[in-house]
Amino acid sequence: MKKIINFFLTLSGILLLGSGLFAADLKVGFVYVGPPGDFGWTYQHDQGRKAVEKAFGDRVETTFAENVPEGADAERVMTQMALSGHDMIFATSFGYMDPVMNVAAKFPNVKFEHATGYKRADNVSTYSARFYEGRSVIGHIAGKMTKSNVVGYIASFPIPEVVRGINAAYLAAKAANPNVKFKIVWVFTWFDPAKEADAANALIDQGADVLMAHTDSPSPLTVAEERGVFAFGQASDMLQFGPNARLGSIIDDWDPYYIARVQAALDGTWESTDTWDGLAPGMAALGGFHEKIPMDVRAEAMNLAIAIAGGRTHSFTGPINRQDGSAWLAEGETADDGTLLGMNFYVEGIEGDIPQ
Amino acid sequence: MIKLVPRTKQSPLISAIIPILAVGLTMFFGGILFWMLGKDPFETIRMIFWDPLMNETFADYARPQILVKAAPLILIAIGLSFGFRANIWNIGAEGQFIMGAIFSGALGLAVYPQESLLLFPLMVAFGIIGGVFWASIPALLRTYFNTNEILVSLMLVYVAEQILAAASIGFLRNPEGAGFPGSRNLSQYPSAANLEIISGSGIHWGVATAFVSVIFFYILLYKHKFGFQVSLSGMSPKAARLSGVNPRFLVILCLALSGGLAGLAGMFELTGPAGQITIDFNVGYGFTAIIVAFLGRLNPIGILFSGILMALTYVGGELTQFMLNLPAAAIQVFQGMLLFFLLSMDLLVNYKIKLARF
Amino acid sequence: MDFSSIDPVILIASLIVASTPILLAATGELIVEKSGVLNLGVEGMMIIGAISGFIVCVELNSPLLGLIGAALGGGLLSIVFGIVTQVLRANQVASGLALTMFGLGLASLLGHSYTGIKPPYLSTPDIPFFSEIPILGKMLFQHDFVVYFSIISVCLVWYFFRATRFGLIIKAIGENQDSAHALGYNVIATRILTIFIGGCFAGLAGGYLSLVRVPQWTEGMTAGAGWIALALVVFSSWKPLRLFVGAYIFGGFTILQLNLQAIGIELSVALLSMTPYIVTIIALVIISSGKKQGGSSTPGSLGKVFMEAQ
Repeated sequence: MKKIINFFLTLSGILLLGSGLFAADLKVGFVYVGPPGDFGWTYQHDQGRKAVEKAFGDRVETTFAENVPEGADAERVMTQMALSGHDMIFATSFGYMDPVMNVAAKFPNVKFEHATGYKRADNVSTYSARFYEGRSVIGHIAGKMTKSNVVGYIASFPIPEVVRGINAAYLAAKAANPNVKFKIVWVFTWFDPAKEADAANALIDQGADVLMAHTDSPSPLTVAEERGVFAFGQASDMLQFGPNARLGSIIDDWDPYYIARVQAALDGTWESTDTWDGLAPGMAALGGFHEKIPMDVRAEAMNLAIAIAGGRTHSFTGPINRQDGSAWLAEGETADDGTLLGMNFYVEGIEGDIPQ
Repeated sequence: MIKLVPRTKQSPLISAIIPILAVGLTMFFGGILFWMLGKDPFETIRMIFWDPLMNETFADYARPQILVKAAPLILIAIGLSFGFRANIWNIGAEGQFIMGAIFSGALGLAVYPQESLLLFPLMVAFGIIGGVFWASIPALLRTYFNTNEILVSLMLVYVAEQILAAASIGFLRNPEGAGFPGSRNLSQYPSAANLEIISGSGIHWGVATAFVSVIFFYILLYKHKFGFQVSLSGMSPKAARLSGVNPRFLVILCLALSGGLAGLAGMFELTGPAGQITIDFNVGYGFTAIIVAFLGRLNPIGILFSGILMALTYVGGELTQFMLNLPAAAIQVFQGMLLFFLLSMDLLVNYKIKLARF
Repeated sequence: MDFSSIDPVILIASLIVASTPILLAATGELIVEKSGVLNLGVEGMMIIGAISGFIVCVELNSPLLGLIGAALGGGLLSIVFGIVTQVLRANQVASGLALTMFGLGLASLLGHSYTGIKPPYLSTPDIPFFSEIPILGKMLFQHDFVVYFSIISVCLVWYFFRATRFGLIIKAIGENQDSAHALGYNVIATRILTIFIGGCFAGLAGGYLSLVRVPQWTEGMTAGAGWIALALVVFSSWKPLRLFVGAYIFGGFTILQLNLQAIGIELSVALLSMTPYIVTIIALVIISSGKKQGGSSTPGSLGKVFMEAQ
């Protein structure tokens, strides 16, 4: 009798030990350029990480490093992650591109996911979201909701992604309201709450009653709330920062993509891909519309979103000219991804120059 | 009542022990900090100080990386130390670092894609020139207008950062980069690249230069008239003037020296580990180097060790982030504590503490 | 490009608000430097003030208590600096930098669980008659009370150094520490006191940022304001009333460049962003040129370590 009990005890001991040893099938590392507490870009990536943890439980172990500067430090952090047994690394900033390529070459068995980059390898995938699709929808709302016909835009750096967003928002706003004007301020930072607040105030002082931003903190929205104008949440929903001001928001929803990629890695079906998803798969998502928005506008916005998601409408559909008057898209023609990726011009109707 | 009694003779023993004591105290209080954050203090301290050097998973990679991280710190700190000895406070080394990188980067990118053995040495020269140029602004303003060099050099850091952004987005941007900010990758451009000396380790010419400069500037400081003049000026400006030191000249020279070394470090960093001119190219080496200079007691050999120590805390600190989920800020607090303890105990080198009655 | 659309009234009102944090921090640092101590740790004290004020405000649900908490937070941190430099006679420049590094890291740690929280609002006091005055009303009388406090403090500090005994003692210590000691004044204790007061001002400035101006807590939110405050003190030649000029010029340029962009001025944005710093440098040069190191108003013992003659 004693022998049988001993056997089962040993067996359960081994099983428990075994499950402890093989607790995680996959170790996934996340490299952040900012703090998860920014409530913007990095916050949403961290939400994705948490979604992965929740979806896979004990099968997946996640770690992260925050505030990692681009360049040599990023390369070292990723190398050390690879050395310490990580199977997959998510690098969440454009500037990590070359470090990712370098480390990926040294560790061919580690899978890399690089956000917003354009270089790939057998073990490097890239991914980004078509935020501009979301901008079209909020641009429409902005055009309809503005009473002063001035929309203020707080832009970070004059890179294609930001210019794309401005153009998409403007085109939709103009279509909704032919009298609308955009005033654009470049703050040359992704994250500086005080400066973003100053920029927001300056725009409101200049007559804007709807604000949009392409920066990382909820600052513009907070200022809008304080001064009684409208604004939109950026990257995360940000409702709590502007309950009265926030008309809607563009949300970077990485959860489904992250879960899918980790699943693929677990299943052994992971391949190097380039993903640029928008409203359809939900990578660029929209926050709930504010009840202040009239029902008909809300319906229009929803229809626009559905049309874009369904592929029936494209954010950039001709006839559209460039700012200097030259023709860009003919009637019915839509922009190709290549031009969009390298977009460095304003569309006709936007005043001012893109800083060089 | 605590009384401070000057020592008749500086005790070299105390001098040597103090840094060790400071590190020890920091480990102790740092441990308490880590414990309050919910981490095992021993494991954390071990991971910061021991693992990068000895742990078999990381050490082979981490050891040379420590030198790579320490090299710019050492170069800049040595340059700063001369000025600091003479009460010439260059706080803008970060800006000079940036300008050195921009100057040398601009040269490299201008002649791209020509290959030539001359390019790298020329870029080195331009890096130094860039740093010297940027440091000469506070130098001249102090010499001719009596403007405080701390503030001018500091303001210029912000100006340099704006120029860096303009370069990444505008005049140095990679025309084949699909419109994204950032220059071409200079570490992939053979003539310009700051190549590895020991392959696979990442140890580049900047590291070698740092070692050489330790020796060179040690000799300059202790065996050469210039070093003597610098030290004398710091201790007694009047005596220095009487012995023939031209104070204006000294200011310009010290600032140019620190600017040049900072610019040089910037150039090595650009063509090596960093690779590109980007908006976030500068990561604070110019400021950390100030700490390194003081930790190293303003002499080149000390700076060599303190630079390595500082680099160790950075590299080890990175490990703790994703291995132990320790917040990055904890390492910053740790480094600040280290400096505080060291500065606090500096006193003991020159004074004895005596408890006396009122 | 429509210059007329920049309303000078709104511009001036905005710049007063934007300048308040650096004005407050500079006021505190001026007191410190008058006593002969150079505290480069303003940035660290400001950010500690920002987070401690934020924590107090959120936990006790009172912005007013939050501001007091901010001041105390900055003050407490500055005592560390005071002990290290005055009692332990350490080098002031290095200690100040260590303070900044330590403060930034500590604030970030403390603030980890407070990101994303919205603090209770500080209401703007209603000044019955004055705020109705046509132009001046909007420009000067519709601000929150911290702005008024900053203006009043500068005036009080001016009076303090001019006409009170304690102010003169501080100046004496700052001018020549050995003589002051010989006269029987307690140099070390006085300096620790001024350091503490300076820390409180810097902390309050940080608290203003996190509780009123933005209002939010985020890592690194002071973004260099502490360094600007240091520049302001030199700019003012240690004369309190001149702090206004410096602060409003700097704040003015910062706000002006944003407004210029908003109306479509086609100057290089990078250039516009640099202007506040360049203007500060030029102002520094003008003020200090022709005189000895900032003018004869530089406190004689600034930065020197005080060792009692044994």
